[in-house]
Amino acid sequence: MSGVIDPREPVLTVEHLSMRFGGLLAVNDLSFEVRRGDITALIGPNGAGKTTVFNCITGFYKPTEGRLTLAHADGARHLLERLPNHAVNRRARVARTFQNIRLFSGMTVLENLLVAQHAPLMRASGFTVLGLLGLGGYRAAERAAIERARLWLDRIGLTPRADDPAGDLPYGAQRRLEIARAMCTEPVLLCLDEPAAGLNPRESAELTELLRRIRADGTSVLLIEHDMSVVMEISDHVVVLDYGVKIADGTPGAVRTDPRVVAAYLGVEDEEVEAVEAEVGLVLPSAGAEA
Amino acid sequence: MADAMREGTARGAGLAEILRDAGLYALVTLGLCIPIVSYRTDLSQTSALDLTPRWGVVAGLCGAIFALRLVQRMVLLRRDARRALTPAPRQATEAVDATPNAGQRISGLALPLFLGAALALPLVAALASGGLGPARYWIDLGILILTYVMLGWGLNIVVGLAGLLDLGYVAFYAVGAYTYALLATTFGLSFWLCLPLAGLAAALWGMLLGFPVLRLRGDYLAIVTLAFGEIIRLVLINWVDLTGGSAGISSIPRATFFGIPFTAGPNGFAATFGLSFDAMHRNVFLYYLILALALITNGVTLRLRRLPIGRAWEALREDEIACRSLGINTTTTKLTAFALGAMFGGFAGSFFAVRQGFISPESFNFLESAIILAIVVLGGMGSQVGVAVAAIAMVGGPELLRNLGFLKAVFGEGFDPNEYRLLLFGLAMVAMMVWRPRGLISVRMPSVALTQRRGVSGALVREGHG
Repeated sequence: MSGVIDPREPVLTVEHLSMRFGGLLAVNDLSFEVRRGDITALIGPNGAGKTTVFNCITGFYKPTEGRLTLAHADGARHLLERLPNHAVNRRARVARTFQNIRLFSGMTVLENLLVAQHAPLMRASGFTVLGLLGLGGYRAAERAAIERARLWLDRIGLTPRADDPAGDLPYGAQRRLEIARAMCTEPVLLCLDEPAAGLNPRESAELTELLRRIRADGTSVLLIEHDMSVVMEISDHVVVLDYGVKIADGTPGAVRTDPRVVAAYLGVEDEEVEAVEAEVGLVLPSAGAEA
Repeated sequence: MADAMREGTARGAGLAEILRDAGLYALVTLGLCIPIVSYRTDLSQTSALDLTPRWGVVAGLCGAIFALRLVQRMVLLRRDARRALTPAPRQATEAVDATPNAGQRISGLALPLFLGAALALPLVAALASGGLGPARYWIDLGILILTYVMLGWGLNIVVGLAGLLDLGYVAFYAVGAYTYALLATTFGLSFWLCLPLAGLAAALWGMLLGFPVLRLRGDYLAIVTLAFGEIIRLVLINWVDLTGGSAGISSIPRATFFGIPFTAGPNGFAATFGLSFDAMHRNVFLYYLILALALITNGVTLRLRRLPIGRAWEALREDEIACRSLGINTTTTKLTAFALGAMFGGFAGSFFAVRQGFISPESFNFLESAIILAIVVLGGMGSQVGVAVAAIAMVGGPELLRNLGFLKAVFGEGFDPNEYRLLLFGLAMVAMMVWRPRGLISVRMPSVALTQRRGVSGALVREGHG
């Protein structure tokens, strides 16, 4: 903790992360970095351990081994593997979305975004005591929270549906709302688990735009994604997992041509990689979509 | 033209189908009646069994079932036809912006109506039955119903908002009652001092229950809370030194009007206010006391719903994992729900003790928990008005069935409605769950709105899973 802050220092450092479920080693000695202000993609075939890594980072699993360090811009460091589940979001400021959307479907779109601002609102309501008596600045805080929610509703284009139940929204809108809800917790690092799954091309393009905007506003993004067109278009950095082991790490261009990645996705022996590459003309995106 | 004709024939075919269906129902009724209703067995003078044929009753029953089914199908047919005409209804959102249906028109008036009726009840009862004394039955019934309304509202925090199935709620009711009884009989503390203490004690026990069940969900949570309720009751029975065991605690100080006792003496309530003494003054006071307590419970709950803690409870009911990913401490959120729900149970308990003047573990058995839970579920989980209506139906309904003299006209002179009231009541509950499976009021009102507050259909709202 030197106190001098390097703006390019990694926001998240994963060191020797291993996760074991009984006899299954889901993640094996994985190390990688997510640099501040980057969009980092975590890719790999099904069952490669991507979501397990996510669950370790966001506190849903306690890793068997390894260290996960999250550094804030002000130099504060949090060891994620030691924090309780909810503190990963509240203190370390890591937000996440889920592969199968987890919205509060019986609550309205606006309420979903207000639940995400629980911690500041809780403080403003004097941990319920003052709010119950109508004292303190709770009203003002709630107005501010609604304003923040409105800002995100405008960004994801859901303002007209603010008072509709979240479960009533079309699929693409639910995905965007889940991202907006995560962003309402003001995260330093946003983890997205397959945000483009099930989206049509137009919705995918909107998602790409939204993620660029989030990056521009200073939140680093870590995403798992199977849609290679999205990954190649927006990531600054790609980490490839296979059987819980990192097999490649670099820029999208470098990873795309990495023979080991191609082999992992197409499932051929290393010696045959060259032949297969020639045959398919290196169309990783379609291969990824099939995988 | 062709459309109209087709519709006409479709309707005709529908009618024939409906008649056939109703006929089938009547046939099934006949089948059921033959062994059960058609012959009545009586002991004759010679102690032999006499068979009295009752084919008239059987025919009546079959006819009634036929007619009922016919009417039901017709109503459903008309409803379907009406729905088909409505252009593209948004199914999951209640169309509040469209023409309000009868229920919605009433619900706007429901609150002032309920409140007015509740406030006026002692007066109306006194006027109707000519004096406070004869009105006693109604006022006592009012007190009983309001106690359950309050308990229902308290449990609603735990079950309706936070989605934690609690089958041992009566334990907190008992803790509240015994706290007041023990403090009042041992230390002579007044009711107004004991009331908050009883609430605190119950909240503490609520947290105690909360800790071990934090990790449990669904059926397992229900079983542990059920066991907790039984543990409290068994402790009350067996810890004879403290609680008096099965004999309970008697001669608990009765309610006073803020220190002025309801006695006939010169310092009594009647003398102080220049009224002629009437033993019913105390009951009227108790009625307004429980009304105030229930309204406080309601007010606090409604306020909590609009605070972050209330939203966190509802979010917890919807999806606990998503809650944790948003930085909500689910442990404290669950514990506050248990504690606050228990606190209101404790208040109600100390009211119960001060009203009865005598408490014993018998009053706090599992059936009480079941009734309170049924009130919450029947009312529509999370709905305050629904819970109030359900409490009136659940507690007042069986009382009402005591006075159903007109049923004698249907079932003959020998029919005693008292014997059948729980049966009829059970039937009514089954019917409720068939027609309104999500409770009387299944629409959830959002706690906040950007432009217009629209109800969320119960189909989207989750019940919680522990």
